[in-house]
Amino acid sequence: MPRAGKSRSVRVEMLARVEGEGGLHVRIRNGEVASVKLDIFEPPRLFEAFLRGRQYSDAPDFTARICGICPVAYQMSAVQAIERAFGIDVPRSVRMLRRLLYCGEWIESHALHVYMLHAPDFLGYESGLAMAKDHPDAVNRGLQLKKIGNAIMTVVGGREIHPINVRAGGFWRMPRREELLPLVDQLEWGREAALQTVHWVAGFDFPDFERDVEFVALRHPDEYAVCEGRVVSSGGIDVDVDEYERVFAEEHVEHSNALHSHVIGRGHYSTGPTARWNLNAERLSPLALDAAREAGLERPCRNPFRSIVVRAVELLWAFDEALRLVAGYEPPVEPWIEPAPRAARGAGASEAPRGILYHRYDFAGDGTIRDARIVPPTAQNLGTMEDDLADFVGRNLSLDDKALTWKCEQAVRNYDPCISCATHFLKLDLRRV
Amino acid sequence: MRVIGVGRTVRGDDGAGPHVARALAAMALDGVVVTECPGEFDALLELWEGASAVIVVDAIRSGAAPGTLVRLDATVTRVPAPAGTSSHGFGLAEAIEFGRTLRRLPPVLVVYGIEAADMRPGAGLSPAVAATLPALVNAVRAEAVSLANPGQPPAARV
Repeated sequence: MPRAGKSRSVRVEMLARVEGEGGLHVRIRNGEVASVKLDIFEPPRLFEAFLRGRQYSDAPDFTARICGICPVAYQMSAVQAIERAFGIDVPRSVRMLRRLLYCGEWIESHALHVYMLHAPDFLGYESGLAMAKDHPDAVNRGLQLKKIGNAIMTVVGGREIHPINVRAGGFWRMPRREELLPLVDQLEWGREAALQTVHWVAGFDFPDFERDVEFVALRHPDEYAVCEGRVVSSGGIDVDVDEYERVFAEEHVEHSNALHSHVIGRGHYSTGPTARWNLNAERLSPLALDAAREAGLERPCRNPFRSIVVRAVELLWAFDEALRLVAGYEPPVEPWIEPAPRAARGAGASEAPRGILYHRYDFAGDGTIRDARIVPPTAQNLGTMEDDLADFVGRNLSLDDKALTWKCEQAVRNYDPCISCATHFLKLDLRRV
Repeated sequence: MRVIGVGRTVRGDDGAGPHVARALAAMALDGVVVTECPGEFDALLELWEGASAVIVVDAIRSGAAPGTLVRLDATVTRVPAPAGTSSHGFGLAEAIEFGRTLRRLPPVLVVYGIEAADMRPGAGLSPAVAATLPALVNAVRAEAVSLANPGQPPAARV
């Protein structure tokens, strides 16, 4: 149990994950919000630095260590960037297996967030543990759902945390059909439990809070985009992932160690489940769409608090999709195509549970990495999170500090940030003058 | 019965649990299944599912002198945990409390803790922890054997 002395939060360590201490500093002057600053530490910058000089093949596994909840996302964005740089087109069976692996990650991430991190806020519990006392069946369901997500990752990826089977060009080993079939019973149970999850969260009380923000997601012509797609937005952006850095920029914000993203020439944007729902809902399975409709999910959804419903719908969709992929799986003869490195730049983007994860590498002729750029979804959402909070705090100033802190944490959790998605990570520093 | 060594060897003294697990695994004790676990709360709930008796070994931070050993019966005593940890930090204490709330604790659950000096990323156990580790291994071995062979006189046990 590695904890430092009196700290109430997970300490940020130099080579550790994106989670860290979040500080929220609010200044209120004459009854109005003067400033809101969300203070986050950002490890991906260090990964960009120490990848330089390393072989391309290190990128998927090294970057996976940025996150313990979404390692598959890092592996997928990395291999896509490598394959685009070296001109590799993986076969359909590899794409399907990658998509299945990603379903496993969405399932475990979304189940954990919906049940353990966000639902307690809506039901008035300060922790998942407190909620478990009154809602043991719900919590057990959430844990079982997460377990199935982990099972997919173990079967396809070889290990549930930081899968070992992913490589540029394909997989180290393609499982046989007989190895996937035992998942089917669990997936069918999970699909039913996920449907119950949608019904459960649909009944929560949602603060009446809407914001106008540009939504950004990947879009694929045939499927609900997960592993690949063009970058599109509700503001009219529609570009190949190669163009990402021409459209989106990051700036260093003085109060934070993180970089904030914005659309060049415009402003902050939002990526993640709600963006995907708003931009790609018609590509969800009929079952997921029906459930969303019954849950009263509108399109577009502009209430960040309803992201929990979208996550539940995506959880359901992921089980539906996993069953489809297992049924259609045929392993290829060769598990991977051997990359032929060349001096090139390659960009890759995939939809992590939290939103678009962008990787870009510049490779030397011998395959070493000369430069890397990694932009996680949480970093892209930081600006919007601050804007949401400023708006939200301004409408809730009459709450006492304790209640206000909790509401702010709930508002931050709308984005399922991969930074201490904690029960009480926020240190609210509130100055009213 | 099961022995679970909790922790990560890449984090200094946090590797104490796995070290104990490996020492016990090498002894191949009858009726004792030994595993290691980095410490995620849901993984722990799964690992002790269906077991009649479980001993968990973990490094702790309580302010005592490094190398100090503690033993507690988790079915009656709360394992203290710092509040406000992220989901990435839900660990043994949370596993026990969730297990208690959800009635998913084994009938016997004993926690052995060893006070850590340094759990920052890095190789090796600190001298204080390394010095006490053999005593910890012995204590866990004795109790594991006893739990695996209830009703047998001590002389009959390995």
